[in-house]
Amino acid sequence: MPIRAKILLKRGDFTLDVNVDIPDRGVTVFYGHSGAGKTSLLRCIAGLEIANNAQVIFKGETWQDDNRFLPVHKRPLGYIFQEASLFEHLTAQQNLDYALKRADKNKPVFNYQHAVELLGIGSLLQRYPAQLSGGERQRIAIARALLVNPQVLLMDEPLASLDEARKQEILPYLEKIKRDLHIPILYVSHSPDEVARLADHLLALKDGKVVADGPIGDLLSRLDFPIKLGEEAGVVLDAHISEKNSQWHLSKITIAGGELWFRDNGLPIGEQVRVRILARDISLALEKPTDSSIVNCLCVEVVACEADDHPALQLVKLKVSDSVLLARVTSLSAEKLGILPGKKIWALIKSVAIVQ
Amino acid sequence: MGIYSDADLQAIWLSLKLASLVTLLLMFIGTPIAWWLARSRSRWKAIISALVALPLVLPPSVLGFYLLVAMGSNGPIGELTNALGIGTLAFSFPGLVVGSVIYSLPFVVQPIQNAIEGLGKRPLEVAATLRATPWDTFFSVVLPLAKPGFITAAILGFAHTVGEFGVVLMIGGNIPGETQVVSVQIYEHVEAIEYQQAHALSATMLVFSFVVLTFLYSFNKHARGSSMWGAQK
Repeated sequence: MPIRAKILLKRGDFTLDVNVDIPDRGVTVFYGHSGAGKTSLLRCIAGLEIANNAQVIFKGETWQDDNRFLPVHKRPLGYIFQEASLFEHLTAQQNLDYALKRADKNKPVFNYQHAVELLGIGSLLQRYPAQLSGGERQRIAIARALLVNPQVLLMDEPLASLDEARKQEILPYLEKIKRDLHIPILYVSHSPDEVARLADHLLALKDGKVVADGPIGDLLSRLDFPIKLGEEAGVVLDAHISEKNSQWHLSKITIAGGELWFRDNGLPIGEQVRVRILARDISLALEKPTDSSIVNCLCVEVVACEADDHPALQLVKLKVSDSVLLARVTSLSAEKLGILPGKKIWALIKSVAIVQ
Repeated sequence: MGIYSDADLQAIWLSLKLASLVTLLLMFIGTPIAWWLARSRSRWKAIISALVALPLVLPPSVLGFYLLVAMGSNGPIGELTNALGIGTLAFSFPGLVVGSVIYSLPFVVQPIQNAIEGLGKRPLEVAATLRATPWDTFFSVVLPLAKPGFITAAILGFAHTVGEFGVVLMIGGNIPGETQVVSVQIYEHVEAIEYQQAHALSATMLVFSFVVLTFLYSFNKHARGSSMWGAQK
């Protein structure tokens, strides 16, 4: 049963006006630029922000409507704030105990040992928050949110206050949680990288309104995706590792309709992965090049072609079997190659990133 | 203790008893007011803040005068206490307690209010998402994190009540064992040209106040370093 959120929130000039059903499984990313209303929407769902007019129904239970407002502390949710929000007067261990003591005892989603191991915080537990790095604090805060036994996990840009190195430190933990946790996760982000790595479902917001809503694969491959991604435009595909070549240290991944070689990163054969291919990393050619350094060439069909942000560039939507790719080429090349819907063409893929 | 007369000792004891009781009452009365002032966005906030702060600027005699009128047989407090069968509060220890609570209120409310405002709303939100009820949050999060503010409030409330003079004189008079506190007793000694006695009590007050304030400042210095939340705001 989806999570219903119908929210009207007015704060000065800003109006958040949203009416959505959020899937009850997987990670739904609230995506948009800052000021789009992502965090406000999350806070309204949690009950931290009281909307002027709202209907929030979680698994058939009304959290808020015209006659009812379930206080935050009675909602079965876990919440992770943007900046580490540990209680400064308690050690890491006591912070976790705080959650355990008040947790919903009926249905543990995560036991204590599992949470501690998953987030690698065993050695940090005796320290006070002031003695922990930003990344360490955020890991404790995530563990604490899990230990309260939530039925839904709300994360408000948990990486935004961290530097790039710390982000890369935390992201794998988030991916593990996504894999191990069978409750829906609502995740606020303005980072295309985080979207690519974590999202199953995307809810794009702009100026307080939902401008796109759907599975990640479908949305990112849209040429008219309403929020400009610029250099980050690209697709996310589900794939699995199908072969290894030890001589050249390469792994082969199979996507629907093709195979791609990429640098071996130690994942075993059969592993399900998610790959991200950016539009700027795909070139197009009429013939299969035989004298190029590019390893990955796929024969694809042009689906559509549209002007990109800059008049010199075109964004081309390509299809091979069920997989959709986006390529960015210059308008000049598009003209020269005669790129039109239906045309068979070769896609030269310079780079593939395994994101999961 | 040869330097103090029996009446002096009685006055010291009365001052300590009054200040302890008033401090205790103020912590119970001042905390909810401070909480409301720290969290509310009501348009009444300015008015309530002003009311609480009035004793800071009013001459004690003005405050004492109105309290005396209110506590008299025809005043609103007097009528209430009469109806309850307590008699009037003027010139009695309970009357002194009521007057002192009002007189020292800002000294208790403001440190607590500042401490709670310094916490910001985040710790409270975090506690709510961890299933803590508002009461639970107050005792498990607000009280420990705002502890320096509460301690400052209690010390200031106590010290200020010990040092009170004008209000006591107006509503309590000078009844030994009932309303004759140290500050009034000093006045009494000076009036009677007993400078030696006045010296003893005055010096005691001076040392007491100095020690209390020194303790307070050194305590606050330590507390600031440990309050990361205050620093982040």
